[in-house]
Amino acid sequence: MTALAAHASSLRWWHSRAVYRFMSHHLALLGSAMIILLILACVIGPYVLPYDSLQIDLRARFAPPLTGHHYFGTDPLGRDLAARLLMAGQVSLLVGFSAMLLSTLIGTLVGVIAGYRGGWVGAVLMRTVDGFLSYPSIFLVLALAATLRPSPVMITIIIAVTGWMEAARIVEAEVRSLREREFVLAGRMLGLSGRHIMFREILPNAMGPIIVASTLTVARAILLEAYISFLGYGIQPPLPSWGNMLNGAQQYLASAPWLAIIPGAAITIAVTSFNFIGDGLRDALDIRDDHI
Amino acid sequence: MFRFLLSRVSQSVVLLVIVSIIGFTILSLMPGGPLAQFGLDPGMTQKDIDRLAEQLGLNRPLWIQYLEWAWRLVQGDWGRSFRDGTPVLAVIGRHLVATLLLMGASTAIAIAIGTWIGIRGATHRYSLFDYLATIGAMVALSIPTFWFGLVGIYVFSLQLGWVPAGNMYTIGDGSVLDYLHHLILPSAVLSLVHVAVWSRYMRTATLDALSQDFVKTARAKGVSERRILMKHVVGNALLPMVTLAGMQLPSILTGALVTETVFTWPGMGRLFLDSLGYSDYPVVMGLLIFSAILVVLGNLTADIVIAVVDPRIRLG
Repeated sequence: MTALAAHASSLRWWHSRAVYRFMSHHLALLGSAMIILLILACVIGPYVLPYDSLQIDLRARFAPPLTGHHYFGTDPLGRDLAARLLMAGQVSLLVGFSAMLLSTLIGTLVGVIAGYRGGWVGAVLMRTVDGFLSYPSIFLVLALAATLRPSPVMITIIIAVTGWMEAARIVEAEVRSLREREFVLAGRMLGLSGRHIMFREILPNAMGPIIVASTLTVARAILLEAYISFLGYGIQPPLPSWGNMLNGAQQYLASAPWLAIIPGAAITIAVTSFNFIGDGLRDALDIRDDHI
Repeated sequence: MFRFLLSRVSQSVVLLVIVSIIGFTILSLMPGGPLAQFGLDPGMTQKDIDRLAEQLGLNRPLWIQYLEWAWRLVQGDWGRSFRDGTPVLAVIGRHLVATLLLMGASTAIAIAIGTWIGIRGATHRYSLFDYLATIGAMVALSIPTFWFGLVGIYVFSLQLGWVPAGNMYTIGDGSVLDYLHHLILPSAVLSLVHVAVWSRYMRTATLDALSQDFVKTARAKGVSERRILMKHVVGNALLPMVTLAGMQLPSILTGALVTETVFTWPGMGRLFLDSLGYSDYPVVMGLLIFSAILVVLGNLTADIVIAVVDPRIRLG
């Protein structure tokens, strides 16, 4: 064990096999590059573009893409679509990342406890996971979003509390298989507390699957936010999000198709990129995945 | 077989109990709880509402309320719609067929195309086709269904004029052909994600079946590759897909909700959104519970079907 640790520490982290394999996964690299570009564009873009995302210009309504400096055209109020797209990107990506952090936290907690304790505690927790999974996620999210006040924070929480089950399942299976290993027995023999063994000894060994699952969770969270905002129950205007930009787009589909096409393309690119990264990480960390 | 059935059915019953507890929790979270409708009525004072709450037993412990609520569910009394007073189950029943039609059509498309892509990907492993199918599946999983629907409407209804942009039938024309014409685009849109999932699983399952000993035996006996594929591999690979069909139910329902909205399809998803808009909580709750029950029963059916077909499962 110590020999291994010494060997590992003599090499920098970027020399590891996992990093090498990730770097040779072309789609994952493409995905990472896209995400970095998207984040940079969304953070810097609004300062560079000549228009503000809320600036209304009724003379320039429905300008098609590439009209003057309106690179993506304008919306029914004459607001610059490019500026709105980048502002919306900040919101959508932030909601996606935060929801992922929260749901991974919940899922990991439930999974570790269910997997380590087992018995009736584990059974109750895992049946609860099954119960949540029986609901079509969007029905659950919409019912909650329509009931509770839909601030961005609340939307994030709702997406997280309806999306932690996958992480819980993965962590539970991982912890259950690690529970009987020698290092856990040794920990018990040393008199370490259950909490210490669960979170300090077992959890670090289950990090790989958790990282992969959380990458895919970002993708799912961005999609779900888009769905409920498109349906009018998510992020509320004037704050733009990729989903609510599409909210009114259908009625202008014949006259101003770019209103629908551009934000949807942004969602697709972001979500595809996260799925590519997740796939690359799965290969790199060598995780056998029995469920998609 | 009997023991398998017994254990599988009792698992589902336990799951239904948990599902109903989750549902009841959400119901209690809704503003005003079950009395929300009266809060909007200016003729009702807070005192009236309190009295009503007492009459209906809403001031009793939550678990007693839950048991009563669950008992009413079991008896088929799901409450009445706030909008027109029709029983919730009747309202759902009116919209069920449209959703089942959409789900059935898109599942059929997904199975047909997904199976073909999966088998071809497995037999031509690492070919250009296989790579494109892999990437295509990942992209397809990332496309928001409603956006794909909008693009579909733009291209195939507005630009090409091949199919109608929405609704389930033309008023005044109730022919089967008219229904089919309206069904094409929404079911194709809804099937996209499932083609992706189905083709990935089918590829894995086919590869798995191809590596089995009975394939080697068949090859050794000189059976043609085509015959091996058709007779020995596909059947075995399709078997686990029954389970997959059950597992896919929640996501098909989610997709159906969004697709129905875009195509003004008069199904359960459309009903769900309309009811949300009217704060018609009994119908919202009813649909929520109903969809979860549908999912649990769907999975149960899938498990039973596969146990009937495949003795390895029921014998453990």
